[in-house]
Amino acid sequence: MPHRMHLMVCAGTGCVANRSPEVRDALVTEIAKRGLENEIQVVTTGCNGFCGAGPLMVVQPDGIFYQQLSPKDVPHLVEEHFLKGRPVQKLMYVPPETRTPLPKMMDIPFFSRQRLIALRNRGLIDPERIEEYIARDGYAALAKALSQMTPQQILEEVKISGLRGRGGAGFPTGAKWEHVLKAEGEPKYVICNGDEGDPGAFMDRSIVESDPHSVIEGMLIGARAIGARWGVVYIRNEYPLAVQRLMIALEQAREYGLLGDNILDTGFDFDISVSRGAGAFVCGEATALVSAVEGRPGEPRARPPRLAQHGLWGKPTCLNNVETWADVPPIINNGGAWYAQIGTEKSKGTKVFSLVGKINNTGLVEVPMGITLREIIYDIGGGVPGGKKFKAVQTGGPSGGCIPNELIDLPIDFESLAEAGSMMGSGGMVIMDEDTCMVDVARYFLAFTQDESCGKCAPCREGTQLMLDILTRITDGHGTMEDLDALEEVAKVVAETSLCGLGTSAPNPVLTTMRYFRDEYLAHIGAHKCPAHVCRQLNTYRIDPAICVERGHGCGVCRRECPEKAIFGEKNQAHRVDATLCNKCGTCVDVCHFNAVIVE
Amino acid sequence: MQLETVDRIIQQHHADKTALIAMLQDVQSEFTYLPQEALVYLSRTIEVPLSRAYSLATFYRAFSLKPKGRYSIAVCMGTACHVKAAVKILEKFERLLHIKTGQTTPDLNFGLEEVRCLGCCGLAPVVTVGPDLYGKVMLPKVDQIVKQYQKQGARDAKT
Amino acid sequence: MPKLKLEDLAEVREKARKATSLREGAARVKMTVHMGTCGIAAGARKIVEAALREVEQGDLRDVMVTTSGCAGLCSREPMATVEVVGEAPVKYVDLTEAKVKAIFKEHILGGKIVEQYALAIGSERAY
Repeated sequence: MPHRMHLMVCAGTGCVANRSPEVRDALVTEIAKRGLENEIQVVTTGCNGFCGAGPLMVVQPDGIFYQQLSPKDVPHLVEEHFLKGRPVQKLMYVPPETRTPLPKMMDIPFFSRQRLIALRNRGLIDPERIEEYIARDGYAALAKALSQMTPQQILEEVKISGLRGRGGAGFPTGAKWEHVLKAEGEPKYVICNGDEGDPGAFMDRSIVESDPHSVIEGMLIGARAIGARWGVVYIRNEYPLAVQRLMIALEQAREYGLLGDNILDTGFDFDISVSRGAGAFVCGEATALVSAVEGRPGEPRARPPRLAQHGLWGKPTCLNNVETWADVPPIINNGGAWYAQIGTEKSKGTKVFSLVGKINNTGLVEVPMGITLREIIYDIGGGVPGGKKFKAVQTGGPSGGCIPNELIDLPIDFESLAEAGSMMGSGGMVIMDEDTCMVDVARYFLAFTQDESCGKCAPCREGTQLMLDILTRITDGHGTMEDLDALEEVAKVVAETSLCGLGTSAPNPVLTTMRYFRDEYLAHIGAHKCPAHVCRQLNTYRIDPAICVERGHGCGVCRRECPEKAIFGEKNQAHRVDATLCNKCGTCVDVCHFNAVIVE
Repeated sequence: MQLETVDRIIQQHHADKTALIAMLQDVQSEFTYLPQEALVYLSRTIEVPLSRAYSLATFYRAFSLKPKGRYSIAVCMGTACHVKAAVKILEKFERLLHIKTGQTTPDLNFGLEEVRCLGCCGLAPVVTVGPDLYGKVMLPKVDQIVKQYQKQGARDAKT
Repeated sequence: MPKLKLEDLAEVREKARKATSLREGAARVKMTVHMGTCGIAAGARKIVEAALREVEQGDLRDVMVTTSGCAGLCSREPMATVEVVGEAPVKYVDLTEAKVKAIFKEHILGGKIVEQYALAIGSERAY
């Protein structure tokens, strides 16, 4: 029978001088002692050549190289590697060229600048196993709230923490809970708003997917504080994985008696049902969401009365966003004062941002309030890719605005963003570079809000359409200076007179881009040019004949891809664009491997 | 039209009137759209006015009153995808499938639509075909995707 | 499963901690594949399958493959964290099946971090 393993012990001069025969003897003895002599063969070899590190041994067939062995290493080595199959790291050789130690996570700014509270368990636990959440102090805050605190004390801690709603508006969470607690009417409800609709924001999806119990525990604590028996999680159906993990988490919590009757044997009853969204951005608005949960079209209504007085089924209702609920357990565990030392004077704690667009490190980051945009974009985000110039960051989704490079040292909190004309929103941060056209961005968001406007109130229904028409005219090159004034005027009316937050904030992308990037609007109107070459109707396309022939050999990919068949040319010859046929789609630019298509 | 399927869905939701949206969601995912017979049957069975079912069916984006394609292609138009030129991806699908966004091919093989943010902005631009997700989609990839599902459709048709 | 009482919670926590800390458990190495929507879209399922194949083929009884949610750095998905008992966790990024094979051979079995595929060692700061 062949041996399964061969130990090639060096017996060259150097190794022998380093007592390699003693090592070999120790190996033979140890192998015999364990009855492995039929499986493992000890072979003495000639000089390996790497004499400085002897005694040396190479283990075959896997080729593991051990160095500086001594007889006392042998029992451990035989046990670990030859018996159990785990090579012994400390006896191995580390080549100098790879010795550059890996950076520690805390040496990498992407990680070191973050402080995880809402995302505290991300990547650390299996979201489908409640035990792993419990292992990381999960449900300890609930136990504390139920056994050691009165509802009033829970409320006090949340108030002391200074926590404000993470969904966008930043209403103080403690004050909201107090309104519900004091409101007349039974039963009371808690709702988790997981209708994350802002394009470019996905922190709520991530929290529910990676740590659903943190949201459930937060809702339990909130329910205890305000005296609610039932809760609802309203979640986007476009997030199937989040829905599935939430369902599993709820079931496990019920099995453990953390939901249902007599929770943790304390006499507290509470349970949660799930309502899946059917695709309407306006349902992120609290009154519209309640309407959707009740099974009606998600149209908002005028406030007051607030949800705290007149919410789900007309009863007092406490609605918070996913991230807000996930922040509650650590606040109860560590105390409100602990949370309040993080952040700025009026914006406490941390906030999760999704960093997307023209940025090197795309991802989800949780940082203390008050951090500057520069730190987020450059230290954490790693800057703009491809050596391009940073132009602006869009925060707050369709309700927010664009913040220019001049304000990059702005410390981020609810107030500073509002002063800059934008808003915190749910925490989407879309980074834009010199290739992004700010007028196009404004038009993009207006197209979004116009499409999502529910149509109930006239300012939003008609005003967003009017603004979109004007912006489309400008990006098509037919805008006038009067359009610019009209745009501003309509924007102000829509902001002041719309029924709900969707309408009142819809003009923000327009107003901020007009404030900080007026020159781009003027270029579109006056010179009929789009400086970033994004607005295609204002571009002209031509092919540089020299590049096309010399580098591309007239490859013809543009001719084949052109949807209007507006490009002509033969193989190995220069191609050209027929301007009368060109519909300015820009496909030729994208498909050319040689950058031969020039946009002007 | 299999009304038993609608019946099963109604039972799953205990014929609860307030769960009408959830029932419509289930009908939609069974049939790829809300067939008129299903809406009529559903509203009669759980005793809500048909107008309510229609008001929900036309308010929410997730519902369709027309059949959707076997392979529903959705191009994400979220902000991150927008700044990475997702509109060109959409236009290429329109050209290859000879339909406009929101339409279905005459053979009911493909439907094409734009969707709001799918929340995987790190992979922008993003396209989904039914449950399959494709990230960092470049123009040549669009041809591949269409071809792949055309083949799959032909295979499925045979079996 | 019996419903928990207040005093039971600590017990469950202790038990679960032991299982997750690896040290008292049987596992010497834990590989956590990050399976958020973006991870899955980027191919995390294939990574899990590849890892399980390695465990099966090598009959590795002391290696545990588990999954977790999004790790936050979406542009480098698929990602996995490899934790060897007594050593700092290592985050691997942009994984492929071939890279998983190499990580098993060199890091999980060989004890040597595959630096060219790794992003960092250590863990993030949670409050």
